[in-house]
Amino acid sequence: MHEYSLVQSLMERIALEATARHAVAVHRVRLTIGELSGVEPDLLESAFEIVREGTLCAGASIEILRVAARWECAQCLAPIAAGQVLQCGACGSPARLVEGGEIVLDQLEMEVP
Amino acid sequence: MCETCGCGDPHLVPVEVQDRILSVNDRQAAHNREHFAANGVLAINLMGSPGSGKTAVLEATARAFAGRFRTGAIAGDLETERDADRLRAAGIPAHAITTGNACHLDAGMVHRALHADSLHDARLLFVENVGNLVCPAVYDLGQAFNVVALSVTEGEDKPLKYPVMFRKADLVLVTKTDLLPYLDFRVDTLLDALSRVMPAPAVFQVSSRTGAGMDGWFRWLEGRLAATDGARPQHQAHGHSHPPDGA
Repeated sequence: MHEYSLVQSLMERIALEATARHAVAVHRVRLTIGELSGVEPDLLESAFEIVREGTLCAGASIEILRVAARWECAQCLAPIAAGQVLQCGACGSPARLVEGGEIVLDQLEMEVP
Repeated sequence: MCETCGCGDPHLVPVEVQDRILSVNDRQAAHNREHFAANGVLAINLMGSPGSGKTAVLEATARAFAGRFRTGAIAGDLETERDADRLRAAGIPAHAITTGNACHLDAGMVHRALHADSLHDARLLFVENVGNLVCPAVYDLGQAFNVVALSVTEGEDKPLKYPVMFRKADLVLVTKTDLLPYLDFRVDTLLDALSRVMPAPAVFQVSSRTGAGMDGWFRWLEGRLAATDGARPQHQAHGHSHPPDGA
């Protein structure tokens, strides 16, 4: 259950942006979470709903874009389906994760006086 | 009208951030990595379930490397100094981090532990993470390599159930192989599972108890130590100071 510590980091990051712009409230938080990031979006949302109380984010909604894992050959860029052996069938090179590892704060919507 | 996007609301401002939520941890991890590089330290983040044999592997490693390499260890647990005590008894200077309720170590915890006097001489530094097959994989500590201990009593399907941990692993130690005669565990099934979550699976089958297979692990470490020594920069300082509290 590292989602709570992750939300703490998120709140600190949001506070930096809010302070820089003298925001009085945050209305919307947009994140991207990859399937292979090790973060469970539903748990992250629940944690956010608890941690946001009493902060600038108290009335904020959270939107999480979920990104599926996508692998390809690191050499010849051939796609390799998730669940398959992570080695290129054509050239034998190891696969690399193209997307699906993201834990990113994309965008905030803030109320500025 | 809103100056930023023209949305018509004078008060609502969209702000593009596009930054990793763990960027503070990432910066701290980069700082730790600088420390390690400047001092020629090979740092290994050892992860695995509770009871997977992490401490036993380090005890056996300490005995094998005694008098040859200066080792050190940071042992993370929710409570108690038991692992650090065991490692000290095996001859590794060890510092305990008790995390309370935190399920993982982060780069800041490791950085504070690095200030312990007992770790200053270490060339080979093991960070024995909190026993957990999920959360520790998310936090970069500044290590050179992630090693995951997976015991044969946990079952062959763990890589498929916990793919993030194994995706981040540079090496997997299949531990407690002396128990294989008593189990239905199929090593080939495990290797197949690993090949579907690890792009370049590197595996040693070991028993800390009998010593079987440990040579491969020791050679692997020696190879990485030699490479670390070769890459060591000439200067020792890392170009910035620390606050007095060591944060």
